[in-house]
Amino acid sequence: MHMKLDSKIPSGPLKDKWDKHRFEMKLVNPANKRKYHVIVVGSGLAGASAAASMSELGYNVSCFAYQDSPRRAHSIAAQGGINAAKNYRNDGDSIHRLFYDTVKGGDFRAREANVYRLAQVSNSIIDQCVAQGVPFGREYGGLLANRSFGGAQVSRTFYARGQTGQQLLLGAYQALEKEIARGGVTMYNRHEMLDLVVVNGVARGIVTRDMVTGAVEAHVADAVVLGTGGYGNVFYLSTNAKGCNVTATYRAYKKGAAFANPCYTQIHPTCIPVAGEHQSKLTLMSESLRNDGRVWVPRRKEDCDKKPSEIAEEDRDYYLERKYPSYGNLSPRDISSRAAKEACDEGRGVGPGGRGVYLDFSDAIGRLGAKEIGERYGNLFEMYQRITDEDPYQVPMRIYPAVHYTMGGLWVDYNLETTIPGLHCIGEANFSDHGANRLGASALMQGLADGYFVLPYTIGHYLASNTFEKVTTDHPEFQAALESVKTRTATLLGVKGTRTVDSFHKELGKILWEKCGMARNADGLKQALQEIPVLRDEFWKNVTVPGSGDSFNQSLEKAGRVADFMEFAELMVTDALHREESCGGHFREEHQEAGEAKRNDEQFAYVAAWEYAGDGKAPVLNREPLEFESVHLATRSYK
Amino acid sequence: MSGTMKITLKVWRQADPTAPGAFEEYVAPDVSPDMSFLEMLDVVNERLIEGGKDPIAFDHDCREGICGMCGLMINGAAHGPSKLTTTCQLHMRSFKDGDHITIEPWRAKAFPVIRDLVVDRTPLDRIIQAGGFISVATGSPQDANALPIGKPDADESMDAAACIGCGACVAACPNASSSLFTAAKISHLGLLPQGQPERYRRALKMVAQMDLEGFGGCTLFGECMAACPKGISIDFIKRMHGDYLWAAVTEKPEKVTLGSG
Repeated sequence: MHMKLDSKIPSGPLKDKWDKHRFEMKLVNPANKRKYHVIVVGSGLAGASAAASMSELGYNVSCFAYQDSPRRAHSIAAQGGINAAKNYRNDGDSIHRLFYDTVKGGDFRAREANVYRLAQVSNSIIDQCVAQGVPFGREYGGLLANRSFGGAQVSRTFYARGQTGQQLLLGAYQALEKEIARGGVTMYNRHEMLDLVVVNGVARGIVTRDMVTGAVEAHVADAVVLGTGGYGNVFYLSTNAKGCNVTATYRAYKKGAAFANPCYTQIHPTCIPVAGEHQSKLTLMSESLRNDGRVWVPRRKEDCDKKPSEIAEEDRDYYLERKYPSYGNLSPRDISSRAAKEACDEGRGVGPGGRGVYLDFSDAIGRLGAKEIGERYGNLFEMYQRITDEDPYQVPMRIYPAVHYTMGGLWVDYNLETTIPGLHCIGEANFSDHGANRLGASALMQGLADGYFVLPYTIGHYLASNTFEKVTTDHPEFQAALESVKTRTATLLGVKGTRTVDSFHKELGKILWEKCGMARNADGLKQALQEIPVLRDEFWKNVTVPGSGDSFNQSLEKAGRVADFMEFAELMVTDALHREESCGGHFREEHQEAGEAKRNDEQFAYVAAWEYAGDGKAPVLNREPLEFESVHLATRSYK
Repeated sequence: MSGTMKITLKVWRQADPTAPGAFEEYVAPDVSPDMSFLEMLDVVNERLIEGGKDPIAFDHDCREGICGMCGLMINGAAHGPSKLTTTCQLHMRSFKDGDHITIEPWRAKAFPVIRDLVVDRTPLDRIIQAGGFISVATGSPQDANALPIGKPDADESMDAAACIGCGACVAACPNASSSLFTAAKISHLGLLPQGQPERYRRALKMVAQMDLEGFGGCTLFGECMAACPKGISIDFIKRMHGDYLWAAVTEKPEKVTLGSG
């Protein structure tokens, strides 16, 4: 059975689509809004902004977070900034340019209409955040400051020191707390969504586990919104928070939501290299550092063990400046990451294990002074020193690429609705705006665009266009979902094997990093498709999960998430194997030309939306063709 | 990279909020100085699980010092011995071979223990609910640059806004006061022109909520500032006291005008 993918892109010229659509969408009478109950899962930029905005409109909202407070969602860790097409710098920016850069940066694998809307609402986000009291960086004249980011030749990134995500999230969090206090939002902290409930083909609720008491509970709603982030932790080591997981979106997939482009994973070029086997996560050093840092490796292998200060200028290879002179150190993430891998594969990497390149600030410190560099990046330099015990004012940073963001996610139409009616998906959890590669400072923009300015309109249209039969948790679908969650918990606790959850997760991560990481090929991917099911079988036979289900149990939480990663990994690799081209974060070694990625627009200019077909059955591929009306499909060049 | 270290841990174990709780001792024989403190605990936990025992429960998430989820009393110091460092960013090179380390949860009446080293910090959210926001609905603002804000004010506001809500200030305070947390939010918003309309009402309500939650009073010991991983200044508490006093004198009860709704 093939599902119908209707993107519902409004007709008319690109720049008029959203205005036209806003007028055509149905509205809910103000007095009726409070009769509708909307569930929002996740409290990051997308979830918190959506929950707060819908509550302000008058809807009755419930919001769920696995952390102890909505303020802790992983959006908080975003460092560098948020893009907007304000053109405050008078440097030639415009909505169209932001749109174009984003489509090009995504290697022409995003949906034009969605990206254009994102660029259109970007300016309102900055206005909204300033009004909330987000303390953006400013100039002495009192106006907002900007910095540059990868993949753009204009300076359109707004920032709050190296803590932009934190400040934007606190803005959304405070709006959310304001609505909780008013009674518009009921907050469920330390609750994890473990299943979606679909009644007569329509999303009508979720099943959660209270992570303190272990209580498994059902929640009924008229619409469900997932803002549950990305799946980067499938690799075990990533820059994601330890708790980030794929469970909510993967459970939705198993209930009928198409999962789009899971192979599009972003490897961020500037992270602190792995220090040893004990490594539990990787730490990003903001891309903004590439404004002033120069990336290099020794020209000769023999020099790799020397101190960087002992390597003469002419013996250094500033490979990004050499290969991509117009963008240089600000080349997009996928390109910069692969170039680092290439240098290390050639044996020219530095630091333990030879998996590192230098990010050197000595030129910038010479030009601007250590004080100015400290103002720009002081907190990042401190963080680097705490982790590595090296002072980046004195010696170059060592960096290496790490899994950072996932462009793939649940397939959504122009209204951000998945293939299950009533189930909406926002932020990193959906697939829609970044194509095969996300540009820096665009994740914050998309999360807040979806939550503040898109979903609050489209959810109203959904609610006003449908009638809802009264459903309670006694409904057989709710009872079945509750039962299946409880059974699964009991099964995980009952295996009583000999291996820890983490040991399985690490092994899965290694398979994926080696075979479905920065560079992929058919042989490796096929091997991974052999290895993953074997590991998964062993997991269900030999995992050990101590403790009980009816109390606070972090091992149990991890076990459920890793069990889903074990299945999801296969979907990701299947997608990577089927996409016989290189685009953005998906680099297939078979498809390159003179060392550069080679796209195949004739055969692969489509969104791959995978449909669950049952356990043990191959997922079904559905294609949404990507049509480019305003952008000329071109080979991406940053040379 | 130097060799490994043997570390002996004395860890607070408590099954649930009502259980009595007690210290238990664990030996970590092969700790690398490059490990973070939490990675050291991960290794201890892996061994406990392999031995069929319950691992030590502790809160953590981003592990890069920004989410505010982690927080342990390490040898009596909130977040341990390094200044301006969260527990997750503390590295084992701060300790030496043979060290004994005592690990406890945040201790405060307002933060009941959930399990082992995990405490309930939702009172901090309720302080924000009482007024830690600017009442602006989505969609209403003017252009962002229509309101210039002097760089010094914006910078000072950012200094206060850097609070990660970890609760170390409460844990470090002999009175278990949450004044630094509350003052940081009052100052972040009160230093900005956008925050002026609600400035005094905000101070009044947030301070009242702080008392209601069972946090102690502030007697300016300064332990909070010393423990704060983000270096939030105690000067903000003085600012809060100023706003609060002004509010107590000038704030009028909210006027209800019939028919205005």
